[in-house]
Amino acid sequence: MKLVTAIIKPFKLDDVKDALSDVAIAGMTVSEVRGFGRQRGHTEVYRGAEYKVDFVPKVRIEVITDDAAAVRVAEAIVDAARTGQIGDGKVWVSPLEGVTRIRTGEMGDDAI
Amino acid sequence: MTPGLAFFYGGMVRAKNVLGMLMQNFFSMGLVSVLWALVAFGLAFGKDHGGLIGGFDIVGLKGMFNGKVPALETLTVPALAFCAFQLMFAIITPALITGATADRMKFSGWAVFLGLWSLLVYAPIAHWVFSPAGWLFKRGALDFAGGTVVHINAGIAALAVILVLGKRRGWPNEAMPPHNLPWTLLGAGILWFGWFGFNAGSALGANSLAAQAFMNTHLAAAAAMCGWLIVERVKDGHATTLGGASGLVAGLVAITPCAGFVGGVAPLIIGAAAGAICFLAIQLKFRFGYDDSLDVVAVHLIGGIVGSLLLGFFADNGINPAGADGVFLGGGSSLLLKQLLAVGSTLTYSFIVSWILAKGIDMTIGLRCSETDELQGLDLSQHAESGYSFGELGSMGRIA
Repeated sequence: MKLVTAIIKPFKLDDVKDALSDVAIAGMTVSEVRGFGRQRGHTEVYRGAEYKVDFVPKVRIEVITDDAAAVRVAEAIVDAARTGQIGDGKVWVSPLEGVTRIRTGEMGDDAI
Repeated sequence: MTPGLAFFYGGMVRAKNVLGMLMQNFFSMGLVSVLWALVAFGLAFGKDHGGLIGGFDIVGLKGMFNGKVPALETLTVPALAFCAFQLMFAIITPALITGATADRMKFSGWAVFLGLWSLLVYAPIAHWVFSPAGWLFKRGALDFAGGTVVHINAGIAALAVILVLGKRRGWPNEAMPPHNLPWTLLGAGILWFGWFGFNAGSALGANSLAAQAFMNTHLAAAAAMCGWLIVERVKDGHATTLGGASGLVAGLVAITPCAGFVGGVAPLIIGAAAGAICFLAIQLKFRFGYDDSLDVVAVHLIGGIVGSLLLGFFADNGINPAGADGVFLGGGSSLLLKQLLAVGSTLTYSFIVSWILAKGIDMTIGLRCSETDELQGLDLSQHAESGYSFGELGSMGRIA
């Protein structure tokens, strides 16, 4: 089993969700996060006083897949989230040791 | 007006101080109203004592139903209507100060300052300028709706208090951006609307002078918004929403003394000048190192001075026979000199008494909250509440 994690631009969430639906994932979790990469932050001006905002808003997506689907899911996210501009984000895949569905107690691939 | 001011300021502070700011403003509606009925109205508009202050002849609004306001025998509206109308000025004037002292004043210190300041600073200056027996009124200084009494008075008092209070911890290096600019715009809108009541209402009748004051008020706010935004766009690169809101308020401040004494395009010129000048005046606090958190000095003190002095140039006796002609209408410098006297005496008296009051409170019960309270925020430390609670991860159980 794999955990596919992606950090994307917030306004790309709908596109990514639709793309993931097309590759038939079983579920996804999203959260609003802040951070910086090569894009760094941005500046804001209030009554002439300029502030540097180091952390910019992003959306983190987490999807659990079986081993076979992981690459397909990651590629779907990359295709849907790309604008070509700096700050598009990242996708990474990590191995999972175990998954349990809380309601039924099913484990492993059955719990995905 | 005052709830509008509360949200104008409330949006500009950090989220941990929003209730503290709203409360300092709303509390003025509580305490000042009580004091007004008991003694302050009499001190401002009661029987005159040497042109300096009213008296205790109308304590507790004695005889005001069907009665006359001692200072205004010729008043054409009911005495209590005038009393209630003037109360709104008395409430908002000290509330303006809270913008300068934001994020670091103890609520108890503010409550004591608010009460004493209303009696010892607001009431006498209102008497000098608004009461026909007041010494500045008799000299012929003009102030239609509070350029000196409200704005210069509150602005210079704000400077006096922050000189006692000191800077916020971390200012000016740490970022303290507004937490909710939509609140600020909403508050600015309520202020704009309420200001029509202040300025047109100061005609004390539904007549053509009220209509002139109404139009002047609106045009000055509009021109000031444009003036501020143009200078801001050129200097800083963007026309901001905070700039638009601040600009319109600067215009309302500047037109306040002029509203019933000028006409034609004068409000547009006065407003545009106020918008541009007040924007530039914000830099003063960085230059001189005083922490005027939400720019009360730049907007109210400087805006009030701009309006009060420009009145010396633009006043038109044809608009209001009770007024005078300014420099541009052939009246010479006579009115301008009277305006300078009114501005100078308000600045001097308000600064000195406000500073003494603030210092006295600071040395006794304390005016500033502790470092821990300031870092935690006024909402929790002063009021044991949180402004925003979305019920997410917080665990809250009832103790008693």
